[in-house]
Amino acid sequence: MERLKSISEFRTLQGLLKADRDPDMTTIVVSAGTCGQASGANDLIRVTKRELLSRKLADRIQLRVTGCHGFCEMEPSIVIEPEGTFYPRLDPKKMVRIIEALSMGKTLPDLFLRHPETGETWEKEKDIPFFKKQVRTILSRNAKIDPIRIYDYIGENGYSALAEVLASGRPERVLKEVKVSGLRGRGGAGFPTGLKWEMLARQGNGRGKIIVCNADEGDPGAYMDRSVLEGNPHSILEGMIIGAYATGATKGIVYVRNEYPLAIKHLLIALRQDEQLGLLGDHILGTDFSFPIQIVRGAGAFVCGEETALIHSVEGKMGEPRQRPPFPVVRGIHGLPTMINNVETWANIPVILAMGAEAFSRIGVDNNTGTKIFSLVGKIRHTGLVEIPMGITLGEIVDEIGGGPVNGAKIKAIQTGGPSGGCIPASRFDLPVDYESLKEAGSIMGSGGMIVMDDHTCMIDVAKYFMHFLKDESCGKCFTCRKGTQRMYEILEDVTLGKGTPGHLELLEDLAHVVKDTTMCGLGQTAPNPVLSTLRYFRDEYMEHIEQRKCPAGVCKELITYSINENCTGCQACLRLCPSEAITGEKKKRHAIDPGPCIKCGACRSVCKFDAVSVV
Amino acid sequence: MMHLTLNGLDVAFEKGTTLLEAARFMGFPIPTLCHMEGLSPYGACRLCVVEIGEGPKARLVTSCTYPVEEGLQVRTASSRVVKARRMILELLLASCPQSKTIQDLASAHGINQQRFRQEYEDCILCGRCVRMCEEQMAAKAIGFRGRGEKRSLGTPFDKTSEVCRQCGGCIYVCPACQLRCTYTTPEQAICGGCQNLGPPCLEKEAFDDMMCYMAPCVACEIKKD
Repeated sequence: MERLKSISEFRTLQGLLKADRDPDMTTIVVSAGTCGQASGANDLIRVTKRELLSRKLADRIQLRVTGCHGFCEMEPSIVIEPEGTFYPRLDPKKMVRIIEALSMGKTLPDLFLRHPETGETWEKEKDIPFFKKQVRTILSRNAKIDPIRIYDYIGENGYSALAEVLASGRPERVLKEVKVSGLRGRGGAGFPTGLKWEMLARQGNGRGKIIVCNADEGDPGAYMDRSVLEGNPHSILEGMIIGAYATGATKGIVYVRNEYPLAIKHLLIALRQDEQLGLLGDHILGTDFSFPIQIVRGAGAFVCGEETALIHSVEGKMGEPRQRPPFPVVRGIHGLPTMINNVETWANIPVILAMGAEAFSRIGVDNNTGTKIFSLVGKIRHTGLVEIPMGITLGEIVDEIGGGPVNGAKIKAIQTGGPSGGCIPASRFDLPVDYESLKEAGSIMGSGGMIVMDDHTCMIDVAKYFMHFLKDESCGKCFTCRKGTQRMYEILEDVTLGKGTPGHLELLEDLAHVVKDTTMCGLGQTAPNPVLSTLRYFRDEYMEHIEQRKCPAGVCKELITYSINENCTGCQACLRLCPSEAITGEKKKRHAIDPGPCIKCGACRSVCKFDAVSVV
Repeated sequence: MMHLTLNGLDVAFEKGTTLLEAARFMGFPIPTLCHMEGLSPYGACRLCVVEIGEGPKARLVTSCTYPVEEGLQVRTASSRVVKARRMILELLLASCPQSKTIQDLASAHGINQQRFRQEYEDCILCGRCVRMCEEQMAAKAIGFRGRGEKRSLGTPFDKTSEVCRQCGGCIYVCPACQLRCTYTTPEQAICGGCQNLGPPCLEKEAFDDMMCYMAPCVACEIKKD
């Protein structure tokens, strides 16, 4: 790769690369993010390469290995371009069949995505309900480019926003664009990005300024940032370079957790390519603007996603938040003005400049513009990454994109915003997804985790799970956060063990409010949300645990008993499986469970084909 | 000068003054545990919270770390503050019931029961000793390890520190913990202060009524008996 010496050289290269891309060429696009690789995408890639070579198809059919496409439940999946045919859950044998059919210009309808109940099939990716409702301004590019090939990104109009900004020579124009777009921080707090950038631009530039990409994503069950880092690292780097140009920053840092090895690998490759091409480093594209980016790996503490803790961590100190003011934008890393934005915020910047701030601000609703990526997981039919315009309702996400409940269960609640978010009940699914509405409902937008729960989920158990996470992940500096989360966990544990009293609830609520009030950083201030929101919407369930010593969802082991009902056919499947020999009965006669030795492991229930094991 | 309203009084303080200093100067009492003059403010015990701001934007902040701001509205003993302080003391009492300091504070705030599972910990991790060691003694022999409920205090890898000069400063500043009581098991003591700060203790007969800076020291109490 030769270093580009001017903006016009870059434009020539981009023109060549664009002309090189043939949109009508048949291409097999394999989704191979961490999720895809874990479910076998690497085998598909190997088989595809072998087949294409042995059948001498390499000049007619291309292979493109990309990051995650978002439909993680159907991995490993492929899309055939240009038609957009979608094949879910493949294995090497199916892959061979597909290539065979493809070489003859056919499709394989038996491998299409099928609705398990209605039997409806979908051929094209864009027709699938999971994709239909989404507006994929960021994620759609994941499928278009191979993340380790910078020419793919440049060929897809990548870095043209940067070239344009550099050619215009007016940083203040970028600031204005970002402000007009109405973009708000995607890390969760929703601070207007334009305002933050302006604050940094106004800081005196005596010793330099730092901008940081916060890729310390640590929520259980959330991986939006990872998929962008893995699938399109250049978009983040482009956003950061533009940000540096607009604000006058002299150094960039990507703070990424070490548990994301593929993301780090792709980032390192992207950084090296940028430096070789002269898009990063000294005199970017021959201009006077210089900007280096460095990767700092975090050791995986959840609290280091908080900006002041992140600063400490980058400085090599213990990851502990400190009191603001002074805000990082005044005094940050090594005392320099520092601006920290989330991965998704940075990835939005090239999108805004490419489509124009006005057009961007028309996506979504007033004051909540643009799209937001959520990782939709839990008890629904279709899980994966969904990118939606702000302001659509939770119900639309759960029922239309997520495909509703599985096995006829009833969806009870959705937990948004990660461990420190809250649970919103199904009765409030008309709530629009925006920063204010979610906050009003006792939850937060957070970085974008969404966990759907049905009637087999015990809300106290959920709150207990998150509290367990938080008591481990609290940094321990503030006494109320350290002890408060520990004590809340203890009380929730007592309730699930059937030792709860009505006094416990009162104490729990008081404690939760005090923890919210008296802690220093965002972690502590939002830590009581799981408790407060479940107390607010599911107090009945708490009371049932306390007064009747019953767990209506059948989760809390101490409060349930297993029994066999009249559906039993006497097949003895459960009897043979039971590890504690608690089941007795003769063949073809109704069995019985002796509650004494029963350890409530649930094995009988999972093996029973006749729904004959009931839990009370 | 920064002009602010402190419990309804219009006052002015130099820039850089903390709310705690301002409130104490004006005579409003604020209880503290982790704060100590001469050490940098840390904000760990949360006992010194005060309410700032108006209406829905009102929030609690630790007065020891929050600087005075122009036009700030501060209430040092609003019902929200008192409620929070009482809960913090209840939590402290549930964890370190044997500390005289905590008992006194709790009693002064009318706490006479605690509703959590009783624990018997020695240390509230206020970090006074850590800051004393680093900032005043320039030793950095002790520090925090771990996070969350596993956070603890001590030397790296629990090895006897080479940089520790056994000055006893950490023991001296401890507001509540039981460091001074590790006399009976000296190998567990962080700096071995009890062993080495000899004269008053060892020559107890000669200095019978001498006030030791470590008072009340269990060593002395045992000798007395």
